[in-house]
Formats: sequence, C-alpha cells, structure tokens
Amino acid sequence: MVDIPYDRTTDIPPAEVPDVELYHPKSWWTHYVFSQDAKIIAIQYSLTASAIGLVALVLSWLMRLQLGFPGTFSFIDANQYLQFITMHGMIMVIYLLTALFLGGFGNYLIPLMVGARDMVFPYVNMLSYWVYLLAVLVLASTFFVPGGPTGAGWTLYPPQAILSGTPGQDWGIVLMLASLILFIIGFTMGGLNYVVTVLQARTRGMTLMRLPLTVWGIFTATIMALLAFPALFVGSVMLLLDRLLGTSFFMPSLVEMGQLSKYGGGSPLLFQHLFWFFGHPEVYIVALPAFGIVSDLISTHARKNIFGYRMMVWAIVAIGALSFVVWAHHMYVSGMYPYFGYFFATTTLIIAIPTAIKVYNWVLTLWRGDIHLTVPMLFALGFIITFVNGGLTGLFLGNVVVDVPLSDTMFVVAHFHMVMGVAPIMVVLGAIYHWYPKVTGRMLNSLLGKFHFWVTFLGAYLIFFPMHYLGLLGVPRRYFELGDTAFIPSSAHSLNAFITVVALTVGFAQMVFLFNLVWSLFEGEPSGGNPWRATSLEWQTPETPPGHGNWGKELPIVYRWAYDYSVPGAAEDFIPQNQPPTTRAVQGAAS
Amino acid sequence: MVVALILLLVAIGSVLFHVYSPWWWTPIATNWTYIDHTINITFWITGFVFVAVIAFMAYCVFRFHHRDGRRADYNPENKRLEWWLSVGTGIGVAAMLAPGLIVWHQFVTVPADATEIEVMGQQWQWSFRLPGKDGRLGTSDVRNISPENPLGINRDDPHGQDDVVIENGDLHLPIGRPVKVLLRSVDVLHDFYVPEFRAKMDMVPGMVTYFWIRPIRTGTFDVLCAELCGAAHYQMRAKVIVDEESDYHAWLEQQKTFAELTGRSAVVRATYQSGGK
Repeated sequence: MVDIPYDRTTDIPPAEVPDVELYHPKSWWTHYVFSQDAKIIAIQYSLTASAIGLVALVLSWLMRLQLGFPGTFSFIDANQYLQFITMHGMIMVIYLLTALFLGGFGNYLIPLMVGARDMVFPYVNMLSYWVYLLAVLVLASTFFVPGGPTGAGWTLYPPQAILSGTPGQDWGIVLMLASLILFIIGFTMGGLNYVVTVLQARTRGMTLMRLPLTVWGIFTATIMALLAFPALFVGSVMLLLDRLLGTSFFMPSLVEMGQLSKYGGGSPLLFQHLFWFFGHPEVYIVALPAFGIVSDLISTHARKNIFGYRMMVWAIVAIGALSFVVWAHHMYVSGMYPYFGYFFATTTLIIAIPTAIKVYNWVLTLWRGDIHLTVPMLFALGFIITFVNGGLTGLFLGNVVVDVPLSDTMFVVAHFHMVMGVAPIMVVLGAIYHWYPKVTGRMLNSLLGKFHFWVTFLGAYLIFFPMHYLGLLGVPRRYFELGDTAFIPSSAHSLNAFITVVALTVGFAQMVFLFNLVWSLFEGEPSGGNPWRATSLEWQTPETPPGHGNWGKELPIVYRWAYDYSVPGAAEDFIPQNQPPTTRAVQGAAS
Repeated sequence: MVVALILLLVAIGSVLFHVYSPWWWTPIATNWTYIDHTINITFWITGFVFVAVIAFMAYCVFRFHHRDGRRADYNPENKRLEWWLSVGTGIGVAAMLAPGLIVWHQFVTVPADATEIEVMGQQWQWSFRLPGKDGRLGTSDVRNISPENPLGINRDDPHGQDDVVIENGDLHLPIGRPVKVLLRSVDVLHDFYVPEFRAKMDMVPGMVTYFWIRPIRTGTFDVLCAELCGAAHYQMRAKVIVDEESDYHAWLEQQKTFAELTGRSAVVRATYQSGGK
C-alpha cells in the first residue's frame, strides 16, 4: 500500500496558498440579506428551495388524492391535474434538488471542506442567489396568472406545450420558460464559482485526491451542469420564440383546434434532443452530490475509511462523462431513427458498471466497520436500498426493447421517483441531520429523527415499490383518471388508494421533521464543534457555527486524506485532516 | 438487531410481493413474447443483485454495529476484489443487453410481407386508414385536411382513392398476418398504445413513425394514448379488434373508401385518366 498517495502523510505540496482579503459587511442588510458569505447564501438557497419544495409536496398530495379516489374531489379537474404534475416535477427536479445540492450544500461545504475562506467570487455568488430567488418567484407567480401554470408535463414537449388544448397556454408556459432561463443564468454564476473555488482555493496540502467525496460529487455535478444547462437554455429560448414570435423551430405544419396553424417546417424531436441532452445529465447532477455526501456519511458513522477511494473518484468522473452520451434512452419510443437504439442502450447499460462499483464500495465500507446507527447513518442505509432498487429498474428502461412496453407507464414514474426522488432526498435528510450541528451549533433531536426516518423510508418504499407493478400491468402515467379500462382490474384501484394513504402519512412525517428543525434551533442539545468525531476540515473550524472567513487567523494545513478513521495504533478512532503527522503514534502501520 | 432485521425484511418482502402480486402484465396478443422473455431475464438478474446487496448490508449492520470497545478495520482498498466485482457486473450487464439488442433488431426489422396500415392521432380521437385493393396507402399531408377529408389524404393520388377510412372508430386486424402500423399525428404528440401488443411508438406531427406486430390471438383490446397530449389525454380511447380472417373481411366490406366518403370518385378517376388535364 506504499504507493497510495493519500497515505503519504508527511508529504505536503510546496504550493503556498495566499490568504485572501475578505469583503466585510458593514450593516445588518449586507450581513444577513445581501450577504456575500457563502454560508449565509447556502442557508438562503436551502430555505428558498425548501419553501418551493413544500409547494411541490402539497401538489403531490393533491395528485395522489385524485389518483387514489377519482371523482371524490370536485375541486380537482383534468386541467388542474396536469398543472399539478407539471409543477410538481419541475419544482422537485430543478428548483428543489438542483438548487439544494449545489446552491445549498455546495455553498456551505465547498469552502469549508477545501479549507478556503469563502467562494472565490463572493459578489457573483450573492447575485446567483438573488437571480435564483427571482426565478422561483416567477415560477410561483404562474399559480396566480390567468389560465394558471402550464400543464404540459415537466418535459414541456412541443407542439403541445404552446398550443391551445393544454392548460396554461397563455401565461403559464411563457413564465415557465422565463423562469427556467433565469434559473440557468443564476446557476451559471454560482456554478462557475464552485468550480473555480475547488480548483484554485484549496488550502495548502489539500490535493485533489485528498478531497472528501462530497466535494468530488458536487464539483463534478457542477461541471456537468455548466455543460448541460445551456442545452435547456437554448431549447427554452427557441420554444419561447415559437410561442411569442411565431417562429417554427419545433413546430411542423399542424392543425390547432381544427384550423391549419401558421407554423411549419420545425421538428418536435429537436426539442426532445435538447431537453434530454440536459435532462439526462440532470439526473446525475442530482445523483453525484448525493453519491459524494452519502460516502462521507457512511464513512464517518461507520468509523471506517471509504472503501476504494480512488475507484470512487474515478467512478464519479466516469459517470459524469458517460451521462452525456445516454440522453436518447428517454426517447426510445419518440419516433427517432430506430437504429439509435443500439447505441444508446449500450452506453446506458455500460453506465451501470461504475454505478454498481459505487454501491459495492458503500456496502464494503460497512464491512468490519464500527457502525453507529445514528440518524444520518439510517438515512444512508435507506439511500442504498432505494438507490439500488431504482438503479436496477433503470436496467429495464435503459435496455431499449424492454423499455417499449414500459415507457410512459407507472413503471417509469416508480423508477425515477425511487432513483432520483426518494434516494437523493434520503441523502438530503441524512446530510441535514449530519451538518445541522455545524450550521447551528445544536443537535437535532434524534428520537424525532428516528421516527422521521422510519416513516419516510418505509413509507416511500411502500409507495413506489408496488407502483412498478401497476406499470407492468400497463397503467399509463399522466392520466387524470383511468376510467373504464378492461385490462385494469379493480384491485389496481385499491392499490392506488393504498398508495395515496401512505403518501399522506409520509407527508405528515415531514411536518415532524420541520418541527424538529425549528425546535432544535432553540432547544437542541449543544453540539460542540465536532459531535460526530469526523476528520474532514469543516469540523475543525475554530468556531461553531463557523465565523466569517471560516478559519480565524490562519488557514488550516492539510496532511492527510479525509478518511483516516480507526487508523491502527492511533489513540482516537479518527485523525483530522489538519492534524500534523508527528502526532500519529505508529508511522506506516497501514502499509 | 432490529434495524438489520427490517432491512432484510424489505428485501424478502419485495421478493414475496413480486411472486404473489396480482398485478402482472396483460396476456400478450402479438408476436412480441421475446420482449416478455427479456423482461423476465432482467428480473432474475436484477432481483438476485438486489437481494444480495441488501442481505450483505443487513449482515454488516447485524455483525458490525457499534458496541463498547469495537474498532473498525483500516482497509483503504482491495484492487483484486474491486476488479472482480467490476467484471462480474459487466457480465451481468452483457447478459441483459445482448438479448435486448437481438430482440430490438427484430423489432425494427419489418417483414417484407407486412401490410401497411395507418393510425392517425388528433386531439383527442383516433382514426385509421387501411389500403384498398391496390394494397397501397395514398400520400397525405396535413394541409389537405378539411371536414370531408379528416386524414388529409392527397386527392390527386390514385393510390389514395380506394383507401378505407375509419374516422374516430375502432380498428379491426386479421389474426396471424404481420402489420406495419404507420403512425401520424395532425396536431401534437400522441402514442398509439395497446398494452396487449407490447409495441408502442409516439406519433409526431410532421413525421411518419411505425412499429410492426403480428397478432396471435383474437379479442378486443383498449387503445390508449401514452404521450401527454393535452387536457383530454386520458379520454383518448378506441378499440382494436383482432378477428379471424373471415370476420375481418366481413367487417372490411362495410367500410367506406376515401373516394366514397368525398363523393368525388368519378371526377378524380376521370381526371387521372386524362393525365390531369
């Protein structure tokens, strides 16, 4: 093992990292509102994302009420149902998960974990949040405009998205596209910041191969987002032009409400390619930060180094790269040239290999560990199960011919909720329990946390696991009601009612979590600076919560990788990254 | 250990649910049993991996959870193990991909003797067109659409005159004969979806898409739209009836051709014979 770079604890690269002049806020406004401190911006991002996420959660309850008990709730009609599914999907994928992982966790953790005082461009970082907030407000405003929000489905496929016959065709779709454009502008400002900070502002000794996997996940996801979002950006601009100026980028000759429309010559499939060129990397933009964070949760709470660190890093990079050549697996039945199917099925199934490696390494990290079943660890275990489940059903949908009967059914809904809904949310929740003490200086109540975990995990599994079988049966997605359909037995309707009841229960458990967040802020047990006895730099700050500039007078110096847990011969079962090697009891015991 | 037990029960419960679930695919009505076989292969392989990973995890939680004095191993990596796992995964992936690609090849290779028929979607109904005695469908264009020509068939194309047009009705197909289903839309995306056929494909305005099937059993099947197409997406229904050959012909005799529907059959034929002058 002598050739393993992270084990050479005496080697500190000679590069000096110059300390930086920080911007110091002068008033309450610039301190807490128009703040340039990444930690405040992170909290602003997280609260905004959670607020709009709660809206999406309520929308999911309304959808489930309609699906479970069709005809019972007269205040939900077919148009509203489509508006609910559209806004639910769009908010959850982009305005909640993307913003929370990158804007929230990215902003808070990157500077602290790499040993920087702040993001390298604090002013741009601040702008990034305010543009994001504007995007969220524009999105939320569509609930109040004439005609309501768009009901085109979160994929916004033209021609349907901009024609009459789809709810929200007047204002909803225009504001939706405007909001997406704003979001991408805001994200680009933040994203450039994260990438440059990781590359340029790491403290002395923090080589790339000593970064915690959380940083690797967020870093790679941000690069991907910077490459993928432009496709959505141009797609949105072109669709907006089609809608407002009557261009025909995506619009062939067609009949609208019985009349030949003014459009002609465009291609609906072009939009789908642009959308999914963004949309598939987007899955990993959400997944990679989750992969990174969960690796650190498992390692810390199992008191064991992450197994196969270098393989984990390369798997993240490989997944990130491969995810740009699989997008058309969302389009197997779109009517694209059918021979594309061979290529995209092959690339899609290849991506399963680095993904599987990550799963193996998570469970192998548990092997011979010292597993503390804390709330973050429980959520990490819940993540592994839901992610393995959702990842494996992805092998059905990625394998072109198997996708044919299953596409556009509830099988797809169950799959993507399991793999990019439940699984990343498990990580988000685990991460909040994990880092809440650093952010606030207090612990979350673990009894409430365990209740929250079990109801959320088991409930979410009961919602989405049986749903796959409705899809196998052939139940289509995006249906306001199933009506009288010969192949759907009445037992399927009972299952739908059951799923609705469980979904409402899981929703209730989130209220317990919100209560815990607020209650612990005032009444939680004081945590101290490093309650989990973790190695990475964010736990070694002189103050908790970390002050402006993070590190007090001097930047930390890093001597080792982030995973020196249970090192043989060491007195404690963890050695912080900034602990000099002289204090290590037995040199080279691991080799 | 309660946690380990619950994790294990999730795996066991999932398998039991799979075995005893009353919700399973509909009895197949076309030649695409290979698709069902490929799904079954995928279920076996993924099911094995799912149970193995969770059982291993549950064992770790049971065996290595924290007790006083317990200390974890220090074990950064194990290249041999990592490579073996990668290779094993690669083999599993290949075992699913290979049959998938073979069946996909059949799916996109239409037999030469397949009859071409047309399904047209519009908000929110289905129409169908079958070739007449010449065995060919006439050309069509969305710009030809009018109340008396809902499918937009080209009036000057002689192949179109004898096409059988079924507007907003049900489709009949003869058993045992391969059919290439051409798919068109006049307005937005739709998707011609009959669960018992297994095949489906989007219908895209401005394009003609297709799939092919060979019906293997008679019966009446629901047609649903599987691509979101606006407010009444869920109500866009029709039926496909697979008939014995004789029943099919009896039905076909009663259908109207394009020329009969437009009442222009004599005029068009005369124009055609005079070379369009």
